[in-house]
Amino acid sequence: MATLQTRSAARLMMTPAVLMLFIWMIVPLAMTLYFSFLRYNLLMPGMEEWAGTLNYRYFLTDPAFGAALVNTLLLVGGVLLITLVGGTLLALLLDQPFFGQGIVRLLVIAPFFVMPTVSALVWKNMLMHPVYGIFAWIARTFGLQPVDWLNNLPLFSVTMIVAWQWLPFATLILLTALQSLDEEQKEAAEMDGAGPVSRFIHIVLPHLARAMTVVVLIETIFLLSVFAEILVTTNGGPGTASTNLTYLVYAQALLQFDVGGASAGGIVAVILANVVAIFLIRLIGKNLET
Amino acid sequence: MARAISTRRKLAFTAIGWLVGLVIFFPILWTVLTSFKTEGEAIASPPHFLFFDWTLQNYFEVQSRSNYFKHMWNSVVISFGSTFIGLAIAIPAAWAMAFSPTKRTKDIMMWMLSTKMLPSVGVLVPIYLLFRDWGLLDTRLGLVIVLTMINLPIIVWMLYTYFKEIPGEILEASRMDGASLAKEIIYVLTPMAVPGIASTLLLNIILAWNEAFWTLNLSAANAAPLSAFIASYSSPEGLFWAKLSAASTLAIAPILILGWFSQRQLVRGLTFGAVK
Amino acid sequence: MGSITLEKVSKSFGTTKVIPEIDLEIADGEFVVFVGPSGCGKSTLLRIIAGLEDATSGAIHIDGRDATREAPAKRGLSMVFQSYALYPHMSVYGNIAFPLKMAGEAKSTIDDKVRSAAGVLNLTDYLDRKPRQLSGGQRQRVAIGRAIVRQPKAFLFDEPLSNLDAALRVNMRLEISELHHQLKTTMVYVTHDQVEAMTMADKIVVLNAGRIEQVGSPLDLYRSPKNLFVAGFIGSPKMNLIAGAAAAKENATTIGARPEHIGLSKTEGPWQGTVTVVEHLGADTFVHADVDDVGPVTARAPGEFLVKHGERVFLTPDAEKIYRFGADGDAL
Repeated sequence: MATLQTRSAARLMMTPAVLMLFIWMIVPLAMTLYFSFLRYNLLMPGMEEWAGTLNYRYFLTDPAFGAALVNTLLLVGGVLLITLVGGTLLALLLDQPFFGQGIVRLLVIAPFFVMPTVSALVWKNMLMHPVYGIFAWIARTFGLQPVDWLNNLPLFSVTMIVAWQWLPFATLILLTALQSLDEEQKEAAEMDGAGPVSRFIHIVLPHLARAMTVVVLIETIFLLSVFAEILVTTNGGPGTASTNLTYLVYAQALLQFDVGGASAGGIVAVILANVVAIFLIRLIGKNLET
Repeated sequence: MARAISTRRKLAFTAIGWLVGLVIFFPILWTVLTSFKTEGEAIASPPHFLFFDWTLQNYFEVQSRSNYFKHMWNSVVISFGSTFIGLAIAIPAAWAMAFSPTKRTKDIMMWMLSTKMLPSVGVLVPIYLLFRDWGLLDTRLGLVIVLTMINLPIIVWMLYTYFKEIPGEILEASRMDGASLAKEIIYVLTPMAVPGIASTLLLNIILAWNEAFWTLNLSAANAAPLSAFIASYSSPEGLFWAKLSAASTLAIAPILILGWFSQRQLVRGLTFGAVK
Repeated sequence: MGSITLEKVSKSFGTTKVIPEIDLEIADGEFVVFVGPSGCGKSTLLRIIAGLEDATSGAIHIDGRDATREAPAKRGLSMVFQSYALYPHMSVYGNIAFPLKMAGEAKSTIDDKVRSAAGVLNLTDYLDRKPRQLSGGQRQRVAIGRAIVRQPKAFLFDEPLSNLDAALRVNMRLEISELHHQLKTTMVYVTHDQVEAMTMADKIVVLNAGRIEQVGSPLDLYRSPKNLFVAGFIGSPKMNLIAGAAAAKENATTIGARPEHIGLSKTEGPWQGTVTVVEHLGADTFVHADVDDVGPVTARAPGEFLVKHGERVFLTPDAEKIYRFGADGDAL
């Protein structure tokens, strides 16, 4: 359905969105790329000079980079594992009829709406505090030595906080997928003599596979740039024990004012995210055709 | 599906369901409870769950100590501002993509999506420097611009999936009835898409309200919305848990309520229509 | 007034040509039906007239004026869509009033016109309802109401009855025909149903693969189809088309005989065959038989003609009414 008039009107109406996004994306990205080849420190203005691949060599050989890369992967992987397994179990639970189901669902999805800084602070102080926190109290109640979560298990603690925030997302999506499962299909499997476990493995799980892929990909995009939770709880420490790539670049840029080095790190992060993005775009693109 | 479910099974699931729900909700519940305690009670051990002297003192102090409502107002301006500007840009674009698609439409949509996947940290340095040079650091305008841009792809995509569900024939009928393009969008498309536009609005206000990368990096005392302001409580100057809880409760309550209303649209919006 | 002329109009989507160059004259006040199988381009042709699609080449004149590049809103045509395309957020009143509102008419004029249209279409009691609260037939009438209020130069109908059940379809067919007699406005009607075409049209345009196969009055097409396609498309049940020896006897590649032009007898006739299926419709009986050396043939017999599956019958085609077609499919 299109005439010359509607087509040109359409082009006109798309222009602002496309143009603005294009500028938003391309200008800063080009600048980052340019900076990444400069020796450029905000503390030494006017001293910028061409540095070739020096920044990249520094950044990539910095032991902090290795640590940040490992931390990033552990953080993303850990959160994905917790949210996928937990999300599936929660979705199955919420799919059962029980009293107050609607309210429980609201309780379960609530963490997603809590701003990252608030959830990080609440966990850091009121739950994980080694003296006054709830976890410490629980430990003492059972006669155990309270754990100093953020100092002794910093990355694990951050993973817990982030997983708590993203668990509702996985649950909601998997629950939506679960509810779109054809009831007759389950009944047919039951008629064929499949028990609950084999029904789950052969009918439910394959049906959830697509939703799980979506969860993995979208969460990965967001989890690669976890920032506020680390800034508020551990500041990346102790040492670099809970520094991820995003935090490392931030520290380089706004704490050490090393624009060149931070830019090189930014480009590395972009490349890493793109690897994931390619998969996600393919998946959604396929979906668009149907 | 007309099968009787045994009451015992239902009761068992009720117990498990509520237990799990309350455990997950506990941090939020605990924050709300703590906000009504005195600072002394807040760190009492063993903790006091319900039997303590309820007080509203913290809510008053939060304002007097830190100009709390200025930051809340910043949050409102930034999240609503960026969402409304985003909608104004996205509605025409989504109309074009949904009702006048060309061979390139799909590529454009995919490209828009890909901008969303660009990690913020990849453009942090230049944006920071540009904002510094243009005097946009720590201004609400600067944050509105940034949040409009980072949420624009989601707005376009969500609107697109809603518009797609409106039959093109109805828009053609309005054209036959003598409506100009502007009238077609104002009198026919927009009223029909109100539910979709409303949920897009809601989800994006939530996302903008909770955004905590750009707000932390680009704002300070002046323009900081709640997400950035709350972070100032992380300084180890003392244990002000009750006040922190009061500030947090105020910051999350409105968005939690909006979020509960929009839970269905959330799935659709955050998966770019891949899961409905 | 509402004459429409198409001059060498063609349409391509990319490199595929859906409509090769077409010339067509639609006179003022005429009821013209575009008929053809699905995918023949009839809807596209209608949408080109409406202005919802551009013609790739050629010109469209409406009422003597070149409208080829005009927006749909400017052409002064009304359209009734297959899905009715009612505005779901407006009441019946709002739907019918919409084109008048767009034309900037005064409130009182709008009110008069909407109420009189609603009266004609039996919608007066439903003016406050929303479309979703109406039955299929009522929605159809609202769509027609919306089309008639602004007194267009011509009405365009895009398969308007295909979403209705069979009984309602017959009723609406009569109503639309009646409307045409009352308004005397040009109507262009697209359908894939040849019965609708035969019963309603002043002039039928038979389309196939974007080409016009034949233009003429219903009886013209019935009596003298130009080619095999028209012969097979017009008439129900379909004309029997027979190739082979029986056709060669008539010096043709294919011969056609309509079921109503084949006599049936249990005792005598030039063709002999075995009954496969018998359909009793009450007034008529359709007998499907496998005729020796000819193939499957359908014949119409009076309602009381009683035969059973497997019986032998004799068939006599009316020699006067046998159609002969050449190798290229055109009538000889």
